[in-house]
Amino acid sequence: MSDTATTMFVQEARDLLEGLEDMLLDLEADPRPEKVDAVFRALHTIKGSGAMFGFDDLSQFTHHFEDAFDKVREGRLAVDGRLVDLSLRARDLMRSLLEDAEGARTREAEARAVLIRATADLTGPGTQADRATSAQAAAPPKEATRFDIFFRPAPDDLINGMRPDLLIEEIGALGPISVALDLGRVPPLDDLDPTRCWLGWHMSLTTSQGEDALRDVFIFADEAELTITPHTAMAAPEPDSPAPDDPAPARDAAVTRGGGSIRVESQRLDDMMDRLGELVIVQARLDQISRRIGDPMLETVVEEIDRLVTGLRDTTLSTRMLPIEMVFGKFRRVVRDLSGELEKTVALVTEGGETEIDKSVIDKLSEPLVHMIRNAIDHGIDDAETRRKAGKPAGGTVRLSATQEGGEVLITIADDGRGLDADAIRARAVERGLIEEAAVLSEAELHQLIFAPGFSTAKELTSISGRGVGMDAVKTTVDALRGQIQVASTAGRGTAITLRLPVSLAIIDGLLVRLGDAVYVIPLSSVEECVELDLAERHRESGRTMLQIRETLVPFLDLADIFNQPASTEPRRRVVIVRADGARLGLVVDDILGQNQTVIKTLSVFHRDVAGFAGATILGDGAVALILDVAVMIRTALEARDTPSVRLRRQAR
Amino acid sequence: MTRSVLTVDDSASIRETIAFTLEAEGFEVVGAADGSEGLSQVQNRRFDLVITDLNMPVMNGFDFIRGARATPNGAGVPIVMLTTESKPEAKAEGKAAGATGWINKPFDGEKLVTIVKKLVG
Repeated sequence: MSDTATTMFVQEARDLLEGLEDMLLDLEADPRPEKVDAVFRALHTIKGSGAMFGFDDLSQFTHHFEDAFDKVREGRLAVDGRLVDLSLRARDLMRSLLEDAEGARTREAEARAVLIRATADLTGPGTQADRATSAQAAAPPKEATRFDIFFRPAPDDLINGMRPDLLIEEIGALGPISVALDLGRVPPLDDLDPTRCWLGWHMSLTTSQGEDALRDVFIFADEAELTITPHTAMAAPEPDSPAPDDPAPARDAAVTRGGGSIRVESQRLDDMMDRLGELVIVQARLDQISRRIGDPMLETVVEEIDRLVTGLRDTTLSTRMLPIEMVFGKFRRVVRDLSGELEKTVALVTEGGETEIDKSVIDKLSEPLVHMIRNAIDHGIDDAETRRKAGKPAGGTVRLSATQEGGEVLITIADDGRGLDADAIRARAVERGLIEEAAVLSEAELHQLIFAPGFSTAKELTSISGRGVGMDAVKTTVDALRGQIQVASTAGRGTAITLRLPVSLAIIDGLLVRLGDAVYVIPLSSVEECVELDLAERHRESGRTMLQIRETLVPFLDLADIFNQPASTEPRRRVVIVRADGARLGLVVDDILGQNQTVIKTLSVFHRDVAGFAGATILGDGAVALILDVAVMIRTALEARDTPSVRLRRQAR
Repeated sequence: MTRSVLTVDDSASIRETIAFTLEAEGFEVVGAADGSEGLSQVQNRRFDLVITDLNMPVMNGFDFIRGARATPNGAGVPIVMLTTESKPEAKAEGKAAGATGWINKPFDGEKLVTIVKKLVG
């Protein structure tokens, strides 16, 4: 609070109190409503501002008289000699509370009490002043709860200055949220008054805040339609520990502790996911048909179904989610056993174990993680003596952490060991015929070589990391999960390997692209940007043609080349820049059609070995589109000089 | 772009407090000593936010809000009324007149900024 304002308040209050004396004297002779109002206003200002500028005693004391004059305004109390008399005395006391707050507080406390009592006698019981203000808010629940919120502002709310966008932003700040628009009440264009609000918003929010905190956001929207429905958090199933207070757990669906969750066979969840996948496909067809017909009533229903399907998808996916802690937990033992065997002291630190990931991903994750942890301890962390010489603590640390980033979960295994030896990797790769001696590779490219089949740089093979098949197997598993691997390593400081995995396997967001008459899907999580081919300059560098995308050179592949199609004659072709395993690649296509929810179907046994495809999906019109495997495309592009189609065939072997 | 706030209050110290607090947040703050002064300001230009007292001489806050809402410059602008805990009815009357929200007096700077941010982003 500024000093200027405080000085101004004291002066203002002085003037008001000066005026108040005259007003009160006038009032006795002529109790007209305007005069009562003026008195009330003066008292109101002194009370309100007094509290703001730290004159609490003054404010509280004045409150009783403001209240009395409020009753006068409402005609519930008459102005008489007694009231004026009391008010004049009160006014003098206010003056001394204003000028000498400290002294007056002690000196005149008794006088104040007398005056307040006398006023209370006059005004009667039950004044507003005595009422308790805000009730104690209920304690917020500690665990994150999902709330379904529906919010529809009153039609006048826009004119009255409400900004629903800001409210939704404010709600979104409380936790992860998905929002869907309800257009159900929007009238036909002829009847539409654009200054009125016809929209509603369905929100699904997961937050550790209580319902009261959510309602607080909408505090000013008291005319709006607002429903907030909390859902009891779905607790993670604990397969090996039936709830202690559950005397007779049923075999298939047992109620676990907390009463709010049930245990379900995972097969049922898989079935549910399959049917949901079908539903998403049928929904896409319905959407396409509705757009062709162009009936607004049909469109409204289709949009509503779209919203419900999206909601159902999110709910279904979330029931399949398990905290990654479930795999992390196993590794404590692995680390302990290994460090004993190798006579190294290694501590395991885990972070972000609460991060959730699809059950099917968790099931496949355990083995590759064990491989990587073994590698970190065996090859990464040196013995105590070497570490001491390098100025490090004798005991090493392996850090296992998980975080969610958009639709991906990042799992990092970091050690504080010796780091990757780029020269040793290069020598080994040349020896194994993985690269040519003269090959120019960036550090990141060299690091990626550790995932090449049959690669190992450990001078002596140990029983623990086996024969260098570990990292190769890790890569295969991560590829199968449509994930990516990134390596960051500093010589002497340590290595961090990050797995980027999709949160869910069954449905992804895809980018639809066209080549000739065929449609392909590129997983949106791999797409960095899309540019027009004509606008990108071409450069030649180390025998490859590259596209210049702003400051950087990006290698590119024409899909027509890869699929042995005749060269495209389309005038305005596009390049989709994709990224996998730290490398970028431009994929040249004829056109970009848009985005869709892609239900992944595995390829049949006859097609499973065709490299370059991660699966297939069914489009809205019933056509089948292949989903490109971006990681394979990139590897293909970065390989030596064969034509792309030959390389793909080689990859397949 | 600097956003502008109109503060309508017969108390200069309240106007000063609001100006002091909001200018520190980068707002331009214009003052008016009562409802009718406020209304002529609103008729002249469009503010991003209006903060008004309810009890004022000449024209009270309710009449000011109704008048402001009826002018093109005042439609859709968030209008915050200064109310006291002791008068919950005033809140309802202000809302009915077209106020967007309210600030309970006494308020501190932090509370004011929170509410302003809530209404203008």
